[in-house]
Amino acid sequence: MRQEQFVSQHSEAWHQLSEWLRLNSLNAKDRQISIQVNKLHWHQDFDFPSTYRQVCQHLALARSRQYSQPLLDKIGNLVLAGHQQFYRPKTNLKEKFFALLLVKLPQTIRQEWILMAISSVLFMGSLITTLIAIQINPDLTYSIVDAGNVAEMEQMYRPDSHARASDTREADSDVLMFGFYIMNNTSIGLRTFASGLLFGIGSIMILLFNGLTIGTVAGHLTQLGYIETFWGFVSGHSAMELIAIIISGAAGLKLSAALLRPGQRSRLRALKENARIALIMMYGATAMFFIAAFIEAFWSPRTFIPVNIKYTVGILLWVLVIAYFCLCGRGKVLDET
Amino acid sequence: MQKLDTNQDIDTPEGISISLSPVGPIVRAQAWMIDNLIFFGAMTLVGTITSLFGSFGMGIYYIALFFLYWFYPVCFEVLFNGSTPGKKAMNIRVLHIDGTPVGWAASINRNLLRTVDFLPLFYAVGFISMLLNNRFQRLGDIVAGTMVVYNPNQIVLPEIAEATAVAPPYPLVAEEQRAILNFAERLDNLSSERSDELASLTGPLVQESNSPGQQLLGIANWINGRRT
Repeated sequence: MRQEQFVSQHSEAWHQLSEWLRLNSLNAKDRQISIQVNKLHWHQDFDFPSTYRQVCQHLALARSRQYSQPLLDKIGNLVLAGHQQFYRPKTNLKEKFFALLLVKLPQTIRQEWILMAISSVLFMGSLITTLIAIQINPDLTYSIVDAGNVAEMEQMYRPDSHARASDTREADSDVLMFGFYIMNNTSIGLRTFASGLLFGIGSIMILLFNGLTIGTVAGHLTQLGYIETFWGFVSGHSAMELIAIIISGAAGLKLSAALLRPGQRSRLRALKENARIALIMMYGATAMFFIAAFIEAFWSPRTFIPVNIKYTVGILLWVLVIAYFCLCGRGKVLDET
Repeated sequence: MQKLDTNQDIDTPEGISISLSPVGPIVRAQAWMIDNLIFFGAMTLVGTITSLFGSFGMGIYYIALFFLYWFYPVCFEVLFNGSTPGKKAMNIRVLHIDGTPVGWAASINRNLLRTVDFLPLFYAVGFISMLLNNRFQRLGDIVAGTMVVYNPNQIVLPEIAEATAVAPPYPLVAEEQRAILNFAERLDNLSSERSDELASLTGPLVQESNSPGQQLLGIANWINGRRT
């Protein structure tokens, strides 16, 4: 068949498809306007899949008959646009959210228990070690954290100080701290994850650095005897925040595992598969950072709440979070989509 | 066959292949610059408004900063056909490497890993990764399985000008016919001297004509079936 015949025979189908794709990409209002202005027919029952496949066949025919390049490009672009529409990801976000929350996330954390353990040891290990070491040798504080920062921390948690833990503080500054915690803490978590791509070195460094710093501050304030102000403040959000950091670290290590020991897979493939798993972990970690920020901004600074209640809530949250990750979604199988 | 261009051919389930053209570092850097300007513009605007509300406003500012910084590219890429405003301006978009539109998971992954690509300064890691990769992927793209491609240009089919059909002096094989039709399609863009010069390369086909270009156009019309 001659090219001209071919074009005149099929150009109607091409035109219909491209018009449908164009109108389909508009929102309902623009579509109405466009239809009225151009006096078009919007076929509600336009059979997109079969027209798309038809045009795919036209492309194959045109190629095998070696029609001219502009025509091949024109049909090729139409097929590409149709392909984009046809294979658009269709996700039911609500269903996905609950599947993730109730099954996928806790299952993934359990499945990655080795990395979770490594991350915990790096972070909590360095935290607790410095905390204890400072009880024995208080001067250690100054070799880890800058003296200026130490003084600032002391000022903040002095039992007679109102710099941080205050009932008179206005609600406004709670929102300020909420915003600050979200931006600062969550960004640290996301970077801990991303820097796992540097063969895990980035994640390990951030875990150790944060473990050492937090351990030093906690150890120093404990050693000074600022028990109620400090531990009362941090107990509420500690579970969410510390576990979120551990998860971020484990997610970063999951990326590095693809590079360091990909097993039977190529590194590229391992990286893609591991990234998918790590991303699920990061959804969890990000949500936990948000919750931690909320608690830290609106619950932790309230000094009128008796410190025993704060401790109880803190411990309860630790139990709840750990129980969630250990028990939730056991034995459930999700069909992969 | 050795490839001359950077196009990536992708086989679709329909049994055909489509060709995508990956975008190199310079154009992507330009798109990034535009996005950055928009980001700083938006943050300045948010900052000016929130500064009216004291420390409450400051809190909102931090939250906005967090979401804009990490999720501005993700939301645009997933909801607006793979293009942030900067990418849209440069007429490029993000796709999965199998040519399908980018989804939430891939977009979040590639944008979180931007942190690593940026190291140690101004995307040095990402730049090297792009140069080592035949799809110009930065590390985030490799991990997420995405690539940035040019949007196709609008194509206007060239028409072969009407002329009296001239039968070629001897039968032509398909490739020769193809070449003559391509020549006729391009005739509008050629000066008459150049077209004659090109046409006379065909030798015996145009030997007896004093206007080889027009002669070849006639043959093209004949091949195209416009015989009267």
